[in-house]
Amino acid sequence: MNIPTELRYTKDHEWVRAEGDIGTVGVTDYAQDQLGDIVYLDLPAAGATLVQTGNMGEIESVKAVSDLYAPVSGEVLEINQATVDEPEAVNKEPYGKGWLIKMRLSDASELEGLLTNEAYDELITREMEESTD
Amino acid sequence: MTAGTLHPLALADLHRELGARFAPFAGWKMPVQYAGIIEEHKTVREQAGVFDVSHMGRFYVSGADAGASIRRAVTYKVDQLSVGEAHYALLCNEDGGVLDDLFVYRLGEDRFLVVNNAANVEVGRERIEAALGSQASLEDQQANTVMLALQGPAARPLLAGVLDSHDVLTLRARRCGEFNYEGVTLFAARTGYTGEDGFELVLPNEAGARLLQALVDAGVAPCGLGARDTLRLEAALPLYGNDLDTNTNPWEAGLGFAVTLDDGAEFPGRAALAASREAGLDRKLSCLQATGRGIMRAGCEILHGGQTRASMSSGGFSPMLGVSIGMAYLPIGLADAGTEVEVDVRGKPVPATVVPRPFYRRKKTS
Repeated sequence: MNIPTELRYTKDHEWVRAEGDIGTVGVTDYAQDQLGDIVYLDLPAAGATLVQTGNMGEIESVKAVSDLYAPVSGEVLEINQATVDEPEAVNKEPYGKGWLIKMRLSDASELEGLLTNEAYDELITREMEESTD
Repeated sequence: MTAGTLHPLALADLHRELGARFAPFAGWKMPVQYAGIIEEHKTVREQAGVFDVSHMGRFYVSGADAGASIRRAVTYKVDQLSVGEAHYALLCNEDGGVLDDLFVYRLGEDRFLVVNNAANVEVGRERIEAALGSQASLEDQQANTVMLALQGPAARPLLAGVLDSHDVLTLRARRCGEFNYEGVTLFAARTGYTGEDGFELVLPNEAGARLLQALVDAGVAPCGLGARDTLRLEAALPLYGNDLDTNTNPWEAGLGFAVTLDDGAEFPGRAALAASREAGLDRKLSCLQATGRGIMRAGCEILHGGQTRASMSSGGFSPMLGVSIGMAYLPIGLADAGTEVEVDVRGKPVPATVVPRPFYRRKKTS
């Protein structure tokens, strides 16, 4: 499972890439793999205010729907309309063209509370062990 | 986790090698997907896929009274099938509600195969056993055999490639027979649950493993329950537990072809079914296609004129149409194609239109 080192992660399987006070947000490779074929995204509009761990919309695969949670607080600057139109981008490139939202971080210190790549790796390794038998 | 109590399929190891992901279904640990649901779905529509459906019940009923015995349990005149013919039928309760749906295959004058839903194996066996005459016996072959569904436009040539005999290719639609495969008996029927041409195959476990491997080696895609559900939904085939249960009657489900009332036979629910046919329909299983974004799922409420009028019995994403589709028992006044409704998808209104059944129909070839 691909877990880039430069990103920070939530236990709900979102990632954030921080550049200054701009954060790009998406879901992890593990998340897209568990969800299967993604067919629908419901994302907050540009201008919306997100609160860390609060609702960030929904992601839906052929199998099921899941809630998205904001990894950090801030204002939505842009949503990835190309991915909304063709959600399979999340399956193909979860850390690349399948990103979901760009936001202006209101409190960059929130990043420190997120999981590192190593911590996220441990989390999903545990989940995968629990899911086999 | 309840995984410890699930029945594993006889070919579970082979499925794991083929890349299956498993999930519980009706007490079985079943392959849900391999390459991915949408890819498997499209492969079945365009080429061929194979499903292990060994979770389904398989009862052989034999003896001079076999046909009459099954007839006493089910809604259709299965005792009048010709040898080599297959037909869909229902088990109903005394109120005419549907307890199970099943396929009955006539293999000989005195020999039938009954295939029913995994979740209803017990009720099916009990009902048929209770109806057995003195000259009939029932044999449960689920544990000893594998059942594979080979489905798709290329199913015939691909099956021909792996069988040592091509006799099975002479089967016409809804016909069945027993053939030889590597020295064992292979049951084959030109039936399925995807809306495509194809075969359902029953054979002993070890030979079943070899046949599955041979089909995969020949280019058939292994497919899971995920694609089986999206395929049957596009074909508007009802799923027991979603679109059929004891609160639905066959007429409103569009399954009148599975009920015979005029052959003089008695079976559970006969009187109630005669009365409900006489009374006419007040609702009908209808097809809905979303015209807005959002995925309709089973249980979503359907609104018309601001009022909740029904709820979805099945729903999901159609890989061929690229939108959400589903089925629901709509009041007769709303059931005509073209009616526009709103579906409440977790609090968001998704517009949808009633469309003709089915959503997807395969191109007729030969």
